[in-house]
Amino acid sequence: MTDDIVDRIVEVTPELDALRRRRPVTREQLQASFDALFRPVTVEHVSQAERELVAAFATGLAGAEDSTAVFYAARAQDADPQRTRVVLAEAADAAVRGPFGAYTELGLQEENTEGERYVPSDAVIAVIGERLAAALAHTHLLVFRPREASGADLGRLLDAGWSTDGIVTLSQLVSFLAFQQRVVTGLRVLAAAGRTSASETEISEEEEAA
Amino acid sequence: MTTAQTVLRHDDAPHPHAFTRGEVGWVPHLEPLAEEELTERHYDGLVDAARAKNDYFRLLARDPEVLKARTLVDKDIFYNAAEGLPRADRELAATAASRRNGCVFCASVHSRFAAHHSKRVDDVDLLLDEGVEADLGARWNAIVAASVALTDTPNAFGEDDIVRLRAAGLDDLEVADVIHGAAFFNWANRLMLSIGRPVAPA
Repeated sequence: MTDDIVDRIVEVTPELDALRRRRPVTREQLQASFDALFRPVTVEHVSQAERELVAAFATGLAGAEDSTAVFYAARAQDADPQRTRVVLAEAADAAVRGPFGAYTELGLQEENTEGERYVPSDAVIAVIGERLAAALAHTHLLVFRPREASGADLGRLLDAGWSTDGIVTLSQLVSFLAFQQRVVTGLRVLAAAGRTSASETEISEEEEAA
Repeated sequence: MTTAQTVLRHDDAPHPHAFTRGEVGWVPHLEPLAEEELTERHYDGLVDAARAKNDYFRLLARDPEVLKARTLVDKDIFYNAAEGLPRADRELAATAASRRNGCVFCASVHSRFAAHHSKRVDDVDLLLDEGVEADLGARWNAIVAASVALTDTPNAFGEDDIVRLRAAGLDDLEVADVIHGAAFFNWANRLMLSIGRPVAPA
């Protein structure tokens, strides 16, 4: 029985479990990162509902059927069903392809690419509030066009009522999810690609012992 | 409004021109904690006390618990090389993800590590100059392609990437190391690119 979130989302197999346990610190600290963000010491700067709603939006941008997105959508639904409905609809509408965007670096201008930038409508802001709407806009920026992020974007968060401490936590939250979601995706693909070499070694050792 | 709640400007700090192995600097958009403000809880989050000298880490120390876990997972993914993927290849995965996302700072640091550990300076420079399509030979091409596929949204990482990595000689622990290395830089790149910006090498 495990309370490891990645194991749970991946639907860990014995083979994958054996592989993950060869990197115990990575496994534990990935989980500790989740705990720090979702079971925080304080919610003074970012509320629990904000964490859940932003997570549902951030992971939902990879597609509503993505297993990590499904996990966070359910959590948000429990925390704040009314705003979750709006946030998930926004994620579905705002899902584009990334990374894209214009570089600040003059030597990289030929690599600039275009895509759709997300701006919450007045109607959405009226329902979810200016503070959460600003967080969703920033999340979309970080997920799809991090190369375009600038000080002005943080100024917009401050204007919408986010503190400096809150912006650090929000940035960590969205960035951590980009990591966790990719670990899940990678491990699921690896498990689907067939038996891991780690499990083969272990099974042969067990057979020897028997 | 106090300085702690405003965006910092660094108009005199020149932006880099392009990707480089040179020593790119970094300036924060928000006020890091002052060294004299740091408590035991902050030092616990910093993990290495020496990191109290660094603006990036003192800014992240505003949320010490997340910083601590982030730091420990980072160190294990990249420095725990007793078994699994060689360090050079982990740094290559980090550089490839950073090149794809457009993080000039992260790419500079990790391309230096990749070049140092592999001694393949020209290939590393090719990745920085030409981008993720550069031809670096079968093994590195497989690692770069997998890192890029995992970086893209919607995610493009698939069984063909695993097949290619296995064909290049990687076992499943090493494939998992590529996955974690590339995935981690999707965390690091987003922080580095958004809570501050790079500064051109002196």
